[in-house]
Amino acid sequence: MHTFDFTKPSNIADAARAMAAEGAQALAGGQTLLPTMKQRLAQPDVLVSLTGIPEMKGVCMGEGGVHIGASTTHADVAREVARYYPGLAHLAGGIGDPAVRNRGTMGGSLANNDPAACYPAGVLASGATIVTNLRKIAADDFFQGMFATALDEGEIITSVIFPIPEKAAYVKFNQPASRFALTAVFVAKHAEGVRVAVTGASNNGVFRWAEAEAALSGDFSANALKPLTVDAADMISDLHGSAAYRANLVKVLTGRAVTAAA
Amino acid sequence: MTKVTMTVNGKSVSAEAEGRTLLSSYLREGLGLTGTHIGCDTSQCGSCVVHVDGLAVKSCSVLAMDAAGADVRTIEGMANADGSLGVMQQAFQDHHGLQCGFCTPGMVMAASALLAENPTPTEAEVRHGLEGNICRCTGYHNIVKAVLAASGQDMPAVAAE
Amino acid sequence: MPKDTGIGASTKRREDIRFLTGKGAFTDDMTLHAQAHAVMVRSTVAHGRIVKIDTARAAAMPGVLAIFTGEDFAAVGGNPAGWLINSRDGTPMREPKRPVLAHGKVRHVGDNYAAIIAETYEQGRDAAQVLADDTQIDELPAVIDMKAAIADPSNRVHDEIPDNLCFDWGWIEDNRAAVDAAMKAAPHVVTLELTNNRLVPNAMEPRASIGEYNTGTGDYKLTTTSQNPHLTRLLISAFVMGIPENKLTVVAPDVGGGFGSKIYHYGEEALVLAAAKKLGRPVRWTAERSESFLSDAHGRDHVTKIEMGCTKEGDILAIRTETLANVGAYLSNFSTATPTFLHGTLMSGPYKVPHVYVNVKTVFTNTAPVDAYRGAGRPEATYSIERVVDMMARELGLDPFEVRRRNLLTPDQFPYQSPVGLMYDTGNYQATLDKAIELGDVAGFGARVAASAAKGRLRGMGLSTWIEACGIAPSNLVGVLGSRVGLYDAATVRVNATGNISVMVGAHSHGQGHETVFAQIVADKLGIPDSSVEIVHGDTSKIPFGMGSYGSRSLAVCGSAMDRAMDKIIAKGKKIAAHMLEAAEGDITFEDGKFSVAGTDKAKTFGEIAFSAYVPHNYPLETLEPGLEETAFYDPANFTYPAGAYICEVEVDPDTGRVEIARFTCADDFGNVMNPMVVEGQVHGGVGQGIGQALLENTTYDENGQLLTGSFMDYAMPRADDVPFFAVDHSCSTPCTHNPLGVKGCGEAGAIGSPPAVINAVIDALHRGGITHVKHIDMPVSPNRVWQAINA
Repeated sequence: MHTFDFTKPSNIADAARAMAAEGAQALAGGQTLLPTMKQRLAQPDVLVSLTGIPEMKGVCMGEGGVHIGASTTHADVAREVARYYPGLAHLAGGIGDPAVRNRGTMGGSLANNDPAACYPAGVLASGATIVTNLRKIAADDFFQGMFATALDEGEIITSVIFPIPEKAAYVKFNQPASRFALTAVFVAKHAEGVRVAVTGASNNGVFRWAEAEAALSGDFSANALKPLTVDAADMISDLHGSAAYRANLVKVLTGRAVTAAA
Repeated sequence: MTKVTMTVNGKSVSAEAEGRTLLSSYLREGLGLTGTHIGCDTSQCGSCVVHVDGLAVKSCSVLAMDAAGADVRTIEGMANADGSLGVMQQAFQDHHGLQCGFCTPGMVMAASALLAENPTPTEAEVRHGLEGNICRCTGYHNIVKAVLAASGQDMPAVAAE
Repeated sequence: MPKDTGIGASTKRREDIRFLTGKGAFTDDMTLHAQAHAVMVRSTVAHGRIVKIDTARAAAMPGVLAIFTGEDFAAVGGNPAGWLINSRDGTPMREPKRPVLAHGKVRHVGDNYAAIIAETYEQGRDAAQVLADDTQIDELPAVIDMKAAIADPSNRVHDEIPDNLCFDWGWIEDNRAAVDAAMKAAPHVVTLELTNNRLVPNAMEPRASIGEYNTGTGDYKLTTTSQNPHLTRLLISAFVMGIPENKLTVVAPDVGGGFGSKIYHYGEEALVLAAAKKLGRPVRWTAERSESFLSDAHGRDHVTKIEMGCTKEGDILAIRTETLANVGAYLSNFSTATPTFLHGTLMSGPYKVPHVYVNVKTVFTNTAPVDAYRGAGRPEATYSIERVVDMMARELGLDPFEVRRRNLLTPDQFPYQSPVGLMYDTGNYQATLDKAIELGDVAGFGARVAASAAKGRLRGMGLSTWIEACGIAPSNLVGVLGSRVGLYDAATVRVNATGNISVMVGAHSHGQGHETVFAQIVADKLGIPDSSVEIVHGDTSKIPFGMGSYGSRSLAVCGSAMDRAMDKIIAKGKKIAAHMLEAAEGDITFEDGKFSVAGTDKAKTFGEIAFSAYVPHNYPLETLEPGLEETAFYDPANFTYPAGAYICEVEVDPDTGRVEIARFTCADDFGNVMNPMVVEGQVHGGVGQGIGQALLENTTYDENGQLLTGSFMDYAMPRADDVPFFAVDHSCSTPCTHNPLGVKGCGEAGAIGSPPAVINAVIDALHRGGITHVKHIDMPVSPNRVWQAINA
């Protein structure tokens, strides 16, 4: 790694001030950022640890659903959210591996917006709201393509509010090496309709599968997906799966998620 | 360089660290606790797993400064007070759960954290729980057996055993 | 009854204590006073001419102590190939120089052309980046695809080798016409083209080396991650650096797995020695995992066309293969033996085949060197044969079990001279097949197919009956085959004055458990407790000589040397006993740790004899020397021939193409078994790697020679949840006839026998599920590939 200064503020205001420095970079759980820095592919001047801020941690029920602090680890989400929102807890419990889940955080995952990450699918399908130190951002506005989000420079995700759907399930098909999602689908049946979010598959990052949402809003069963086809044009094609393969997975996994949720 | 202080294996320790010093380097080079190994640079292999405040973490992906003040346990702190092998260590020896021994410290730390969370896991839960620890020698057969044995459960009826 | 101690007991491993308590001593665990750190500067292009390396800026950076480039090693030797292979026309192979650091050209991504020596690792990394920026390399087109490499002679990995061909080998050339004729006359011919996928060994401990130089004595010491420190010393001394062997100690301490990749000498080892001498300080280097991917010797990488001529009833008449074998950019030490004498000689498998001919063209490409990886050539041969036998059964509508049974050699046919040069000494292939059928509950398969179908899964069963040649090997034979070294091994048994024993062995344990198992053997033979025996390995200053551990040879070759040395100890003990007991030497017997005068109750314990040997009062010194220490070198008469039958059951998810291993059964014949627990562990590990090759692992370079699978993020290693418990058995034993322990070796079996069983099971599952257009899928059968094949 290149050299950098390290700071660990204990409240959001101090963190925001630290993030205003030239070359500052937020450090959440570090499970992606630190390996990237070891490869010398990122070289911040200042690392601002967000793991020492109590107000950014924890899970509680509140207005609009379950509120999850951005620095809550995946393991804590898996444990503590299970009673409120099992589908989301299940997603968190399948990220990486146990040691990664003990460090990695929801905020870190969302800010990075890796096209194969799990949380973006859960957030988008849930219609969650991303709360930052400056504003609230709807999930539909937050994700802006691979590794791109609506966050401004220095802006810090502080929590996420998840409305709790009537039914939900996440089905992930592992990329066999990294255990990220080769493709994964989060299906959430809300009172106002069904949302289907797909991660790992598209060149544009996480996306909602509108045709499936329409079909499932009428008939929440895997059968409703039968007539649909998934266009492979925008799908990722790499060592682990062709675009056509991923398009197939989108449909297969959506069906399985619906079955699991129903 | 700054002095970073934490508790390691029950003792308060301090050693010099830069911002970029990883917890794994702090343990190995700063404290001479070389049981924690480095097997990859992408946070995948798990050879470096230690416990921080009771939780298994990959020490190659934690900054030493970020662990300042924490309670850290490494493989060197897993034996019983009289020096005999702890339950998980003993199960690994009894069931030949290690061959070259390189991944072993991380495997033992991950496995003991697994049982702390889930004292009587199924075979599938053990396998899933160890997915962040790569072993190239054992085909995992005897590792999984060792962890199940350490949990005090009867061995599953495996053909030919 | 299982034994409690000695030969045949599942003695728990003594080495485990240090590994389980964090007290192992791996190379990178060692810290030396005043040590400096080496960082390699590696090529980011696959092929290029080095125009200029401007060291000025990097040399001036904080902490930088020295910079080495290829120029610094231009005058020293190269790292040689261990085997000289001749082409079919009799011309010798092409052997380009493999320098310590790339000089003139870089030939693969990761080829190191410079090294920074710095006070700290991070300072070295900082400077390496600057040096890379200050280096001009003119990129050349990369030679990646083997067929293209041969077809386009204008693009050369080595300027002096026009067709990128190392050799074009025929085995056995004189048989070719007869094989062609038999193939032509065969009522049925099965043809299969397949790829044996390229693998990265990925021992969990990355390579590491520490060089030391004593300016007062001129002695060098290399501590390194090696499977055979003596060979490393020999290569550095005789070929690369010219350091006399008596001025160079090579120590391989605890080594975290090898699987072949640590057999070889690598340039970094010479580099740290040269740097240590230049600086007068210890210099250490440890690979990052990403460096391991780029610079460790890879494995396999064959493209093979195999044809099998047979009768309509399934009798094999002839086998003919054509293989392209990738050696990468340089010849690693065993790279020329692996696709030839460890591959072609096994091409009749465990079957009686009248006619066999093997052709191998070995090709240079702009990729990392390729060499022996667990099994080395034998997995490639086994995969080719077992796939084509299965395909033959399917084409002819025959039962794959019965087809094998029909062709397997029978016990009365041993010793068996194969048509490809080997003499199988002993075996009972029907017995292991029967045992696998029983253990794998083949009878219950139908019910399991139905149960899988109820879950929407296709279940299939695959069989592999395999043989390997291990315990490499007789020096006289390998000499004829082109080896530049002998393949014996050595052991010294030193009985100390107080009766305990140090055994210095040439084999090296990096997971195999020699410290425990070798001690069991010694204790058993000398009638003393295990705890009185210490096994010393991995240090050229302590051990007479050794050729290291690979090719399932440790026990068969080095164990035999140890046994022979103990024979000498017993013989000497008898002399001492005869003197002490005032009896004739011929009347002394040795049993249960006691030297006795036959027919009397006069006896001396082993401990009394040992003490006397070092306190030799009243010895007749003309005829009896003091001391009790003996060395033996053992050179076997033949290879050993482990064999077995493996049955794999898979479940295929037809919607996603995902394959799960549902059951895996191994029935092996390893001859006599010294420690069943350790042997079973070796099989588990080998099968794990074989399943890895079959399902998960693949090394992919793009057309520019960039390694796309350069980390565990893209190179899929088997994890705990990728494999089931394995059922293993080694009760069908036919002891080796030519070594004193009757052992055959078990280290590679799992990796050799398992891949075809997995693939055969996948094809079977698809056919049972009505997907009959899929004849073959290349490894690894990733979900993507299986789905593509189903939907082709």
